[in-house]
Amino acid sequence: MSAVTTALPSRVSLSKTVTDTVVITRRNLLRNVRLPQLLLFATVQPVMFLLLFNYVFGGAIGQTIPPVAGGEYINWLMPGLLIQISAFGAGQTAIGLTEDMSKGVIDRFRSLPMARSAVLTGRTFADVLRNAAVVSLMLAVGFAIGFRYQTSFPLFVAGVLLALSFAYALSWVMATIGLLVHSPEAAQSAVFLPIFPLVFASSVFLPTQTMPDWLRVFADHQPITVITNALRGLMLGEGALLPGQTVGGQVLASLAWIVGITAVFAVLAVRTYRRAVS
Amino acid sequence: MATTDPVVRVRDVVRTFGDVRALDGVSLQFDPGIVYALLGPNGAGKTTLIRVLTTLLRPDAGDVEVAGIDVLTDPTAVRTRIGLAGQFAAVDEYQTGRENVEMVGRLYGLSAADTRRRAADVLERIKLTEAADRQVKTYSGGMRRRLDLAASLVGQPQVMFLDEPTTGIDPRSRMDVWELIEDLVASGTTVLLTSQYLEEADRLADRIGVIHNGRIITEGTSDELKDKLGGAVLEVGIDELDRLAAMTALAAATGEEPVHDQARDRVRVPARDGAGTLVAAVRALDSAGISPTDVALHKPTLDDVFLALTGDQPPGYEPAADPAVAAEERSA
Repeated sequence: MSAVTTALPSRVSLSKTVTDTVVITRRNLLRNVRLPQLLLFATVQPVMFLLLFNYVFGGAIGQTIPPVAGGEYINWLMPGLLIQISAFGAGQTAIGLTEDMSKGVIDRFRSLPMARSAVLTGRTFADVLRNAAVVSLMLAVGFAIGFRYQTSFPLFVAGVLLALSFAYALSWVMATIGLLVHSPEAAQSAVFLPIFPLVFASSVFLPTQTMPDWLRVFADHQPITVITNALRGLMLGEGALLPGQTVGGQVLASLAWIVGITAVFAVLAVRTYRRAVS
Repeated sequence: MATTDPVVRVRDVVRTFGDVRALDGVSLQFDPGIVYALLGPNGAGKTTLIRVLTTLLRPDAGDVEVAGIDVLTDPTAVRTRIGLAGQFAAVDEYQTGRENVEMVGRLYGLSAADTRRRAADVLERIKLTEAADRQVKTYSGGMRRRLDLAASLVGQPQVMFLDEPTTGIDPRSRMDVWELIEDLVASGTTVLLTSQYLEEADRLADRIGVIHNGRIITEGTSDELKDKLGGAVLEVGIDELDRLAAMTALAAATGEEPVHDQARDRVRVPARDGAGTLVAAVRALDSAGISPTDVALHKPTLDDVFLALTGDQPPGYEPAADPAVAAEERSA
């Protein structure tokens, strides 16, 4: 390392930024590998949701869902649940960050000559990969109990990728929340504050038609419904959508939400990070 | 290049949090190759100053240079030259000791090969070679602390910042940490540590800065600080009813200001003339009609310095001067 004492501040190079991001991502993922019970419990809850909703509500709801689902509630439910667990899984970003802050890990990182961005990108990357693992397990259970996509394999995969992209966007929202609340305990409850109403007041579990008008207007336009509908369009076909909607239109609207949320909250998270830790 | 350039230079640094002036015009500087101890009670501003020096916190005002580099204008360059161990062991439980050190090495920007080699050296140095490939969750508190302190060594920093390195660990681990710090300095690293324990500063530090309410209230070697009290200290046990009168009499007899040490219930006054002061004090008390319950002449300790300078209880002084015991009682 040569001594640089010019007037210009030293910068972390792009290749060092990539290395740092890989190192931090790996570090965050390692936790899931070394403590497999974390991943196990992260999977138990969504699987429980899947089984409960399917077997408790399935019989009653089966009649009211659009015919594209082939009369099986599980086919209707699965795309919705993928979004729900993506949203819940993103909450881990807030919890992981606050744990690192409270243990002094973030202070150590910030005292090292590493890329500042790597702490947050390494965290969100690791969390989306972790989410992918949970989603895969969940899909395996779904297939085992009767879920079948009604379109084609490529469209089904596109749907899964869309769900994971949404999870990634939400990770940035959760990073911002975590950095604002500081403590892991507060983060535990704070992350569900936006998630619960958005997940339930949406088309995740049921079509929105039976909701009161004021709620339905909200439900039909909020991002979780938009993306759930896009997933259903991709996995079940256009018949899953409201009259006038197209699969392409829903996917584009979803991508717009995903890019928009990521752009806004990545900036917010980075700003909050600078402030939260100084 | 002159080797006497200060390795840390802090001038008039102010940092406020709301209404609290955590740092209220701190200035200090010291030369490379020494241990500098920042001594003060909880809330004195020690951690805030460490955070400013390690680029974690921007001061509201003042100049800060570490290793000759301005911390405010080029924090990244400063970070390549420093190591930090905070108050909590910031090591990952689920990684092995080696993985923890190697991660830090990579983040310092070392190549994979250099990282492996240096991490092995560091682990050897802190006597963790045998445990290196076990997950940290199997480590004792002392091992974790050593690993935490040493993780930054992989980057071969010029200056190590240790925030309360022995708080909350058992006496044996404390000895290990002290030896590690002494070993660090012997190999040329400069160390700035904070402590609440006078004993620790006395043992490790070449220079001591006493910080109180965000200001350095005195600075010097351990001996210099003791000299500021003019040598010995007279301790007198006095019945509570007579205390005020006794303090007046002692002030007149010695020309110094006596202080009541509540924890030990003794009135203390600097004894510049040693035994002479003792005799004068006893005479003055006698003619005031006060009989002391106890009289003793003490060689000054850093406790005395602290008491005299701040008027407060010296930190870690009671209920036990032993840091580990004090830490245990605090966390209990």
